[in-house]
Amino acid sequence: MNIVSIDPRVNRSQIDENTQEGIANPLEHFQTYEVFEQKKRGAHHIHVGSVHAPSAEMAVIFAKEQYSRRGQCVNLWVVKTADVFATEYEDSDIFDTISDKTYREPEAYKVIDRINAFKERQKAN
Amino acid sequence: MEFTDKHVQGLKDLLYKMADDLLIIGHRNSEWTGLGPVLEEDIAFSSMAQDKVGQSLALYEILHQLGESDPDTVAFTRNAPQFHCSQLVELPIGEYDFSLVRHFFFDHADAIRFDMLATTVVEPLQMVAKKFRGEIKYHTMHADIWMKQLGESEEAKMRIQSTINEVFPYALGMFEPSEFEAELQEAGIFDGEFALREKWLNKVVPLLESYGYSVPNAETIIPEFGGRKGQHTEHLQPLLDEMTEVFAIDPGADW
Repeated sequence: MNIVSIDPRVNRSQIDENTQEGIANPLEHFQTYEVFEQKKRGAHHIHVGSVHAPSAEMAVIFAKEQYSRRGQCVNLWVVKTADVFATEYEDSDIFDTISDKTYREPEAYKVIDRINAFKERQKAN
Repeated sequence: MEFTDKHVQGLKDLLYKMADDLLIIGHRNSEWTGLGPVLEEDIAFSSMAQDKVGQSLALYEILHQLGESDPDTVAFTRNAPQFHCSQLVELPIGEYDFSLVRHFFFDHADAIRFDMLATTVVEPLQMVAKKFRGEIKYHTMHADIWMKQLGESEEAKMRIQSTINEVFPYALGMFEPSEFEAELQEAGIFDGEFALREKWLNKVVPLLESYGYSVPNAETIIPEFGGRKGQHTEHLQPLLDEMTEVFAIDPGADW
Protein backbone atom coordinates (compact mmCIF):
# COMPACT_ATOMS: atom_id res chain seq x y z
CA MET A 1 0.00 0.00 0.00
CA ASN A 2 1.27 3.45 -0.90
CA ILE A 3 2.00 5.99 1.79
CA VAL A 4 -0.82 8.55 1.94
CA SER A 5 0.09 12.10 2.89
CA ILE A 6 -1.50 15.55 2.88
CA ASP A 7 1.49 16.54 0.76
CA PRO A 8 0.49 15.78 -2.86
CA ARG A 9 4.15 15.41 -3.80
CA VAL A 10 4.39 12.37 -1.56
CA ASN A 11 1.24 10.85 -3.07
CA ARG A 12 2.46 11.48 -6.58
CA SER A 13 5.68 9.63 -5.82
CA GLN A 14 3.69 6.42 -5.01
CA ILE A 15 5.98 5.28 -2.20
CA ASP A 16 5.29 1.89 -0.59
CA GLU A 17 7.20 -0.22 1.96
CA ASN A 18 9.24 -1.83 -0.78
CA THR A 19 10.28 1.42 -2.46
CA GLN A 20 14.04 1.61 -2.72
CA GLU A 21 16.07 4.76 -2.89
CA GLY A 22 16.66 5.44 -6.56
CA ILE A 23 18.56 7.75 -8.81
CA ALA A 24 16.56 10.75 -9.97
CA ASN A 25 15.80 10.99 -13.66
CA PRO A 26 17.02 14.20 -15.30
CA LEU A 27 13.56 15.79 -15.59
CA GLU A 28 12.24 14.49 -12.30
CA HIS A 29 14.03 17.16 -10.31
CA PHE A 30 15.02 20.65 -11.29
CA GLN A 31 18.66 21.61 -11.42
CA THR A 32 19.99 24.16 -8.97
CA TYR A 33 21.10 27.72 -9.54
CA GLU A 34 23.42 29.70 -7.30
CA VAL A 35 22.06 33.11 -6.33
CA PHE A 36 24.07 36.32 -6.00
CA GLU A 37 22.52 39.46 -4.58
CA GLN A 38 23.64 43.05 -5.07
CA LYS A 39 22.65 45.41 -2.26
CA LYS A 40 23.27 48.59 -4.21
CA ARG A 41 24.53 49.61 -7.62
CA GLY A 42 28.28 49.29 -7.91
CA ALA A 43 28.58 46.95 -4.94
CA HIS A 44 29.78 43.37 -5.36
CA HIS A 45 27.22 40.64 -5.95
CA ILE A 46 27.35 38.41 -2.89
CA HIS A 47 26.49 34.71 -2.92
CA VAL A 48 23.39 34.14 -0.78
CA GLY A 49 22.32 30.56 -1.52
CA SER A 50 20.75 28.38 -4.19
CA VAL A 51 17.32 27.54 -5.65
CA HIS A 52 15.85 24.67 -7.65
CA ALA A 53 14.41 25.86 -10.96
CA PRO A 54 13.72 24.61 -14.48
CA SER A 55 15.22 27.71 -16.13
CA ALA A 56 17.33 30.76 -15.31
CA GLU A 57 14.30 33.04 -15.62
CA MET A 58 12.38 31.05 -13.08
CA ALA A 59 15.42 30.79 -10.85
CA VAL A 60 15.43 34.60 -10.68
CA ILE A 61 11.71 34.65 -9.83
CA PHE A 62 12.24 32.12 -7.04
CA ALA A 63 15.44 33.74 -5.79
CA LYS A 64 13.69 37.08 -5.33
CA GLU A 65 11.26 35.57 -2.83
CA GLN A 66 13.81 33.27 -1.15
CA TYR A 67 16.58 35.76 -0.59
CA SER A 68 15.58 39.32 -1.42
CA ARG A 69 12.12 39.61 0.09
CA ARG A 70 13.27 41.74 2.96
CA GLY A 71 16.01 44.31 2.93
CA GLN A 72 17.60 46.15 0.12
CA CYS A 73 18.47 44.57 -3.22
CA VAL A 74 18.87 46.15 -6.66
CA ASN A 75 20.04 43.22 -8.76
CA LEU A 76 20.21 39.44 -8.76
CA TRP A 77 22.45 37.03 -10.61
CA VAL A 78 21.73 33.34 -10.99
CA VAL A 79 24.29 30.86 -12.29
CA LYS A 80 23.77 27.15 -12.91
CA THR A 81 25.46 25.33 -10.06
CA ALA A 82 26.83 22.90 -12.65
CA ASP A 83 28.65 25.81 -14.33
CA VAL A 84 30.62 26.74 -11.25
CA PHE A 85 34.16 25.45 -11.56
CA ALA A 86 35.69 24.95 -8.14
CA THR A 87 38.99 23.96 -6.60
CA GLU A 88 39.29 20.68 -4.72
CA TYR A 89 39.48 20.79 -0.94
CA GLU A 90 42.46 18.44 -1.11
CA ASP A 91 44.26 21.21 -2.94
CA SER A 92 43.53 23.78 -0.28
CA ASP A 93 47.22 23.80 0.64
CA ILE A 94 47.76 26.00 -2.41
CA PHE A 95 46.34 28.84 -0.33
CA ASP A 96 48.76 28.36 2.54
CA THR A 97 51.13 31.24 3.16
CA ILE A 98 54.69 30.61 4.11
CA SER A 99 55.97 32.59 7.03
CA ASP A 100 59.28 33.71 5.52
CA LYS A 101 57.47 35.39 2.62
CA THR A 102 56.01 38.11 4.84
CA TYR A 103 58.26 40.67 3.15
CA ARG A 104 55.76 40.40 0.24
CA GLU A 105 52.90 41.59 2.41
CA PRO A 106 52.28 45.18 3.42
CA GLU A 107 52.21 44.27 7.10
CA ALA A 108 55.89 43.48 6.91
CA TYR A 109 56.91 47.04 6.20
CA LYS A 110 58.18 49.27 8.95
CA VAL A 111 55.50 51.84 8.26
CA ILE A 112 52.98 49.49 9.88
CA ASP A 113 54.39 50.47 13.28
CA ARG A 114 53.68 54.10 12.53
CA ILE A 115 50.17 53.27 11.30
CA ASN A 116 49.47 51.30 14.45
CA ALA A 117 50.85 54.06 16.61
CA PHE A 118 48.59 56.53 14.79
CA LYS A 119 45.58 54.26 15.33
CA GLU A 120 46.40 53.99 19.03
CA ARG A 121 46.60 57.77 19.31
CA GLN A 122 43.23 58.10 17.52
CA LYS A 123 41.70 55.64 19.94
CA ALA A 124 43.20 57.43 22.92
CA ASN A 125 41.64 60.70 21.72
CA MET B 1 -14.26 69.40 -8.83
CA GLU B 2 -16.56 68.90 -5.86
CA PHE B 3 -17.66 65.30 -5.47
CA THR B 4 -21.41 64.70 -5.43
CA ASP B 5 -22.95 61.82 -3.47
CA LYS B 6 -22.94 59.77 -6.65
CA HIS B 7 -19.19 60.31 -7.09
CA VAL B 8 -18.52 59.19 -3.54
CA GLN B 9 -20.80 56.18 -3.97
CA GLY B 10 -18.97 55.26 -7.17
CA LEU B 11 -15.60 55.64 -5.50
CA LYS B 12 -16.65 53.43 -2.59
CA ASP B 13 -18.01 50.85 -5.00
CA LEU B 14 -14.68 50.85 -6.86
CA LEU B 15 -12.68 50.52 -3.62
CA TYR B 16 -14.89 47.73 -2.33
CA LYS B 17 -14.60 45.64 -5.45
CA MET B 18 -10.83 46.07 -5.60
CA ALA B 19 -10.31 45.37 -1.91
CA ASP B 20 -12.69 42.39 -1.88
CA ASP B 21 -11.00 40.89 -4.96
CA LEU B 22 -7.61 41.20 -3.25
CA LEU B 23 -8.74 39.84 0.10
CA ILE B 24 -10.47 36.83 -1.41
CA ILE B 25 -7.76 35.91 -3.91
CA GLY B 26 -5.16 36.42 -1.18
CA HIS B 27 -7.05 34.02 1.05
CA ARG B 28 -7.57 31.51 -1.75
CA ASN B 29 -3.93 31.52 -2.84
CA SER B 30 -2.77 31.15 0.77
CA GLU B 31 -4.50 27.74 0.73
CA TRP B 32 -1.47 26.52 -1.25
CA THR B 33 0.89 27.24 1.63
CA GLY B 34 2.71 24.02 2.45
CA LEU B 35 1.29 22.27 -0.60
CA GLY B 36 3.01 24.08 -3.49
CA PRO B 37 4.61 22.02 -6.25
CA VAL B 38 8.17 22.84 -5.15
CA LEU B 39 9.45 24.54 -2.02
CA GLU B 40 10.64 27.67 -3.82
CA GLU B 41 7.26 28.12 -5.51
CA ASP B 42 5.44 27.44 -2.27
CA ILE B 43 7.29 30.32 -0.65
CA ALA B 44 6.84 32.66 -3.62
CA PHE B 45 3.11 31.95 -4.00
CA SER B 46 2.44 32.26 -0.27
CA SER B 47 4.35 35.51 -0.12
CA MET B 48 2.31 36.96 -2.98
CA ALA B 49 -0.89 35.82 -1.27
CA GLN B 50 0.16 37.83 1.78
CA ASP B 51 0.91 40.81 -0.46
CA LYS B 52 -2.67 40.66 -1.75
CA VAL B 53 -4.13 40.74 1.73
CA GLY B 54 -1.86 43.71 2.53
CA GLN B 55 -3.07 45.52 -0.58
CA SER B 56 -6.68 44.92 0.40
CA LEU B 57 -6.01 46.40 3.84
CA ALA B 58 -4.66 49.60 2.28
CA LEU B 59 -7.89 49.96 0.29
CA TYR B 60 -10.15 49.15 3.27
CA GLU B 61 -8.32 51.90 5.13
CA ILE B 62 -9.24 54.41 2.44
CA LEU B 63 -12.86 53.24 2.75
CA HIS B 64 -12.60 53.78 6.49
CA GLN B 65 -11.44 57.35 5.87
CA LEU B 66 -14.54 57.76 3.70
CA GLY B 67 -16.76 56.81 6.63
CA GLU B 68 -17.05 53.04 6.24
CA SER B 69 -16.41 50.70 9.19
CA ASP B 70 -12.85 49.82 10.20
CA PRO B 71 -10.97 47.26 8.04
CA ASP B 72 -11.41 44.30 10.43
CA THR B 73 -15.14 44.80 10.68
CA VAL B 74 -15.47 45.21 6.93
CA ALA B 75 -13.31 42.19 6.15
CA PHE B 76 -14.62 39.81 8.78
CA THR B 77 -18.27 40.56 9.46
CA ARG B 78 -19.91 40.65 6.04
CA ASN B 79 -21.65 37.73 4.38
CA ALA B 80 -21.28 36.68 0.75
CA PRO B 81 -24.05 38.92 -0.72
CA GLN B 82 -22.28 41.97 0.76
CA PHE B 83 -19.01 41.18 -1.01
CA HIS B 84 -18.18 42.86 -4.32
CA CYS B 85 -15.46 40.50 -5.48
CA SER B 86 -15.65 38.94 -8.93
CA GLN B 87 -16.61 35.29 -9.11
CA LEU B 88 -13.16 34.56 -10.56
CA VAL B 89 -11.38 35.06 -7.24
CA GLU B 90 -13.78 33.02 -5.11
CA LEU B 91 -13.55 29.77 -7.12
CA PRO B 92 -11.70 26.98 -5.26
CA ILE B 93 -7.96 26.66 -5.91
CA GLY B 94 -8.41 23.50 -7.98
CA GLU B 95 -5.24 21.95 -9.35
CA TYR B 96 -2.15 24.13 -9.66
CA ASP B 97 -2.80 24.92 -13.33
CA PHE B 98 -6.12 26.54 -12.37
CA SER B 99 -4.54 28.69 -9.67
CA LEU B 100 -1.74 29.76 -12.01
CA VAL B 101 -4.05 30.72 -14.86
CA ARG B 102 -6.29 32.66 -12.48
CA HIS B 103 -3.18 34.35 -11.03
CA PHE B 104 -2.08 35.32 -14.56
CA PHE B 105 -5.46 36.79 -15.57
CA PHE B 106 -6.14 38.47 -12.23
CA ASP B 107 -2.74 39.99 -11.68
CA HIS B 108 -2.54 41.54 -15.12
CA ALA B 109 -5.93 43.17 -14.52
CA ASP B 110 -4.82 44.27 -11.06
CA ALA B 111 -1.57 45.72 -12.41
CA ILE B 112 -3.37 47.69 -15.13
CA ARG B 113 -6.07 48.90 -12.73
CA PHE B 114 -3.47 50.21 -10.29
CA ASP B 115 -1.54 51.72 -13.17
CA MET B 116 -4.66 53.60 -14.31
CA LEU B 117 -5.24 54.75 -10.72
CA ALA B 118 -1.74 56.20 -10.47
CA THR B 119 -3.26 59.36 -11.98
CA THR B 120 -6.62 59.37 -10.17
CA VAL B 121 -7.76 62.60 -8.52
CA VAL B 122 -8.32 60.66 -5.28
CA GLU B 123 -5.02 61.30 -3.55
CA PRO B 124 -4.89 58.41 -1.04
CA LEU B 125 -5.80 55.99 -3.82
CA GLN B 126 -3.13 57.48 -6.06
CA MET B 127 -0.58 56.94 -3.29
CA VAL B 128 -1.66 53.34 -2.76
CA ALA B 129 -1.47 52.68 -6.51
CA LYS B 130 2.11 53.96 -6.60
CA LYS B 131 3.13 52.22 -3.40
CA PHE B 132 2.29 48.73 -4.66
CA ARG B 133 3.65 49.15 -8.18
CA GLY B 134 6.83 47.10 -7.64
CA GLU B 135 5.03 44.42 -5.70
CA ILE B 136 2.43 43.93 -8.42
CA LYS B 137 5.06 44.00 -11.13
CA TYR B 138 6.73 41.02 -9.51
CA HIS B 139 3.39 39.21 -9.36
CA THR B 140 2.86 39.61 -13.12
CA MET B 141 6.47 38.60 -13.84
CA HIS B 142 5.94 35.47 -11.79
CA ALA B 143 2.72 34.65 -13.66
CA ASP B 144 4.26 35.34 -17.08
CA ILE B 145 7.27 33.14 -16.50
CA TRP B 146 5.11 30.23 -15.33
CA MET B 147 2.85 30.53 -18.37
CA LYS B 148 5.87 30.68 -20.63
CA GLN B 149 7.62 27.77 -18.95
CA LEU B 150 4.54 25.52 -19.07
CA GLY B 151 4.05 26.34 -22.74
CA GLU B 152 7.33 24.57 -23.46
CA SER B 153 6.10 21.07 -22.69
CA GLU B 154 3.27 19.53 -24.73
CA GLU B 155 1.49 17.94 -21.79
CA ALA B 156 1.60 21.07 -19.64
CA LYS B 157 0.61 23.24 -22.58
CA MET B 158 -2.53 21.19 -23.24
CA ARG B 159 -3.54 21.42 -19.60
CA ILE B 160 -2.97 25.14 -19.41
CA GLN B 161 -4.84 25.66 -22.67
CA SER B 162 -7.94 23.86 -21.43
CA THR B 163 -7.74 25.82 -18.16
CA ILE B 164 -7.49 29.10 -20.07
CA ASN B 165 -10.69 28.18 -21.94
CA GLU B 166 -12.42 27.27 -18.69
CA VAL B 167 -11.30 30.36 -16.73
CA PHE B 168 -11.74 32.97 -19.46
CA PRO B 169 -15.48 33.71 -18.93
CA TYR B 170 -14.76 34.26 -15.21
CA ALA B 171 -11.78 36.44 -16.05
CA LEU B 172 -14.01 38.61 -18.25
CA GLY B 173 -16.41 38.77 -15.30
CA MET B 174 -13.85 40.98 -13.50
CA PHE B 175 -14.85 43.83 -15.80
CA GLU B 176 -18.54 43.88 -14.93
CA PRO B 177 -19.52 47.54 -15.26
CA SER B 178 -20.82 49.35 -12.20
CA GLU B 179 -23.72 51.77 -12.23
CA PHE B 180 -21.25 54.61 -11.61
CA GLU B 181 -19.00 54.30 -14.69
CA ALA B 182 -19.97 57.72 -16.04
CA GLU B 183 -19.55 59.45 -12.66
CA LEU B 184 -16.12 57.89 -12.09
CA GLN B 185 -14.89 59.05 -15.48
CA GLU B 186 -16.36 62.53 -15.31
CA ALA B 187 -14.77 63.16 -11.90
CA GLY B 188 -11.36 61.84 -12.99
CA ILE B 189 -11.51 59.02 -10.46
CA PHE B 190 -11.20 56.05 -12.80
CA ASP B 191 -11.38 55.50 -16.56
CA GLY B 192 -13.81 52.63 -16.14
CA GLU B 193 -14.16 48.90 -16.51
CA PHE B 194 -14.45 48.97 -20.29
CA ALA B 195 -11.16 50.83 -20.74
CA LEU B 196 -9.53 48.45 -18.27
CA ARG B 197 -10.88 45.42 -20.13
CA GLU B 198 -9.49 46.71 -23.44
CA LYS B 199 -6.04 47.36 -21.97
CA TRP B 200 -6.11 43.95 -20.32
CA LEU B 201 -7.03 42.15 -23.55
CA ASN B 202 -4.26 44.01 -25.37
CA LYS B 203 -1.84 42.74 -22.75
CA VAL B 204 -2.85 39.15 -22.02
CA VAL B 205 -3.87 37.98 -25.51
CA PRO B 206 -0.54 38.72 -27.27
CA LEU B 207 1.39 37.42 -24.26
CA LEU B 208 -0.43 34.08 -24.19
CA GLU B 209 -0.17 33.78 -27.96
CA SER B 210 3.57 34.39 -27.77
CA TYR B 211 3.81 31.44 -25.36
CA GLY B 212 1.97 29.23 -27.87
CA TYR B 213 -1.56 29.29 -26.40
CA SER B 214 -4.73 30.48 -28.06
CA VAL B 215 -7.23 32.74 -26.33
CA PRO B 216 -11.01 32.54 -26.84
CA ASN B 217 -12.58 35.49 -28.63
CA ALA B 218 -13.71 37.89 -25.89
CA GLU B 219 -16.51 39.22 -28.09
CA THR B 220 -18.25 35.85 -28.34
CA ILE B 221 -17.89 34.76 -24.72
CA ILE B 222 -20.59 35.50 -22.16
CA PRO B 223 -18.78 36.83 -19.08
CA GLU B 224 -19.59 35.45 -15.63
CA PHE B 225 -21.01 38.64 -14.17
CA GLY B 226 -22.82 39.08 -10.86
CA GLY B 227 -19.98 39.17 -8.34
CA ARG B 228 -19.79 42.97 -8.30
CA LYS B 229 -23.46 43.09 -7.34
CA GLY B 230 -23.25 40.48 -4.60
CA GLN B 231 -24.30 37.47 -6.68
CA HIS B 232 -21.75 34.82 -5.91
CA THR B 233 -21.05 31.16 -6.54
CA GLU B 234 -21.69 28.65 -3.75
CA HIS B 235 -17.94 28.75 -3.01
CA LEU B 236 -17.71 32.19 -1.40
CA GLN B 237 -19.71 31.71 1.80
CA PRO B 238 -17.72 28.62 2.97
CA LEU B 239 -14.52 30.59 2.33
CA LEU B 240 -15.83 33.48 4.44
CA ASP B 241 -16.92 31.10 7.21
CA GLU B 242 -13.42 29.67 7.36
CA MET B 243 -11.68 33.03 7.09
CA THR B 244 -13.74 34.59 9.89
CA GLU B 245 -13.75 31.55 12.20
CA VAL B 246 -11.19 32.92 14.64
CA PHE B 247 -12.45 36.50 14.47
CA ALA B 248 -15.98 35.32 15.22
CA ILE B 249 -14.91 33.69 18.52
CA ASP B 250 -14.38 37.13 20.01
CA PRO B 251 -15.03 40.01 17.63
CA GLY B 252 -14.06 42.57 20.26
CA ALA B 253 -10.64 41.05 21.02
CA ASP B 254 -7.54 43.23 20.81
CA TRP B 255 -4.89 41.68 18.55
